[in-house]
Amino acid sequence: MADEPLVLGIETSCDETGVGIVRGHTLLADAIASSVDTHARFGGVVPEIASRAHLEAMVPTIDRALEQAGVAATDLDGIAVTAGPGLAGALLVGVSAAKAYAYALGKPLYGVNHLASHICVDQLEHGALPEPTMALLVSGGHSSLLLAPDITADVRPLGSTIDDAAGEAFDKVARVLNLGFPGGPVIDKYAKEGDPAAIAFPRGLTGPRDAPYDFSFSGLKTAVARWIEAKRNAGEEVPVAHVAASFQEAVTDVLTRKALRACRDEGVDHLMIGGGVAANSRLRAMAEERCADAGITLRVPRPKLCTDNGAMVAALGAEMVARNRAASAWDLPADSSLPVTEPHVPDPSAASDHDHDHDHDDHDHDHVHELSRKNLYA
Amino acid sequence: MLALDTATPAVTVALHDADGDRTLASAHQVDARRHGELLLPCVDAVLAEAGRKLAEVTDVVVGVGPGPYTGLRVGLATAEAFAAALGQRVHGVCTLDGIAYASGLAEPFVVATDARRKEVYWARYADARTRSTDPAVDRPAEIEAREEGIGALPAVGAGAVLYESVFRGVRHDLPADQSAAALARLAAERLARGEELLPPRPLYLRRPDAQVPANYKVVTPR
Ligand SMILES: [Zn+2]
Repeated sequence: MADEPLVLGIETSCDETGVGIVRGHTLLADAIASSVDTHARFGGVVPEIASRAHLEAMVPTIDRALEQAGVAATDLDGIAVTAGPGLAGALLVGVSAAKAYAYALGKPLYGVNHLASHICVDQLEHGALPEPTMALLVSGGHSSLLLAPDITADVRPLGSTIDDAAGEAFDKVARVLNLGFPGGPVIDKYAKEGDPAAIAFPRGLTGPRDAPYDFSFSGLKTAVARWIEAKRNAGEEVPVAHVAASFQEAVTDVLTRKALRACRDEGVDHLMIGGGVAANSRLRAMAEERCADAGITLRVPRPKLCTDNGAMVAALGAEMVARNRAASAWDLPADSSLPVTEPHVPDPSAASDHDHDHDHDDHDHDHVHELSRKNLYA
Repeated sequence: MLALDTATPAVTVALHDADGDRTLASAHQVDARRHGELLLPCVDAVLAEAGRKLAEVTDVVVGVGPGPYTGLRVGLATAEAFAAALGQRVHGVCTLDGIAYASGLAEPFVVATDARRKEVYWARYADARTRSTDPAVDRPAEIEAREEGIGALPAVGAGAVLYESVFRGVRHDLPADQSAAALARLAAERLARGEELLPPRPLYLRRPDAQVPANYKVVTPR
């Protein structure tokens, strides 16, 4: 349908420079430049290296996306960009470029939320999101359970990790096993050869008194490291495949168990899983099985759309255009801790475009990067 | 010609008519932490004041630093995206050269800007148009120890003002901040002489700190 909004989306919140172009729910281009190889030797993403790489890759990646999509920049209905959360310096490169493109082309600018984009990307795979949608977002940066009655205006956090993100636990366990960075794909590979029941690793925050939707992977990570150390100290060989399989089983068991419980408690019959860890084969298989048993429809985008990319930002931008949400102002800031309750950052001088007031009175969130240890959702 | 520079605490934008050699409009704000928020509104204000559209601009001139990275990238990303969207030419100019040009000095002098971490970005000049050393980043005391007589030279820039104990010849009567109007005039002068300007690539002069932060991406609404 030619009258659906044509939107270009820019994503630079971490180490991928992503530019996507969508028309409504149709993916036209998904161009990515990654600096992950540069970060590998540091065992994690180095913000300044990521920011430098974004600046180098920005314009060429935009050009590549336009070429892939076969559309002229002048035909766009809007430019969307990740305004947060993410690495401040990295976000700023994308936000600056997006503003300049939008301004130069005379198009509206939509600063959108990275997490809401992870959810909205599924529209490119499975069509319009059911309302509400339950979403489990799991990656190296986030682990959250979100309830989204309206992806452009109403996203509610039910729970999130109180310590490490799920992807971080994969990275750290891979490091202890000397398997390199990033840890997700390599753990997945070894786990296929191992027994998931070989070692009983702990399931964090699953006791009856624990917060039902929060996650904790720090204890699991430590338990795995101790177990490996004990083996090594005893001079025994570490059964890498069994460790990988048992660790992965513990993570995916907790993730799916809590997501399904949230669906049941909230009466939601759709579960969406996104973020880099959604590419994990065991998580996909277990979620499929458990959702089928519970009569819940599972929606997981293809792996390339689960990891950070520009298409997801374009998808949410297109939804903003379709629903007539207010555009952002030219002084849109990059907000490293943009709360998930703000799916986009409308021009504050524009009339409210929300049909219900949510959280806008509580606007002064902290710019704090360290999580407090207390349970935020108890 | 549209000139902008975000390599110092200043966000500075100017629209320059190269044929008439005059500045049509300019804007200047100083806030080292808000480059990203201030730049586009400044560009918009400058164009509005001059009654021009961005699409009429043929050349974008951008200060390539050296400067603290985060701010520096705002100007470069913006200039490159303008140029890519509208097919404009984009030229880089060393930020220190702009400050030197604005000084109008005819004798040898030094330009220094604040590089934070107790260091300055600096270079020596033979006169306002002629840089005689590559831009560098150093502690002021080390420059003094290595470069004989540097403390006695006239000095301009916020780095010289900040470390006046080393840059004793600091000229308080000359502008310490970057001016995009001066940057545009310098670029126009060089282009008119048929000189090549720099590509729009940042002068960082330091390697990135290779430190991985803990919990770098966390979302916790209260
Ligand atoms: Zn992400």
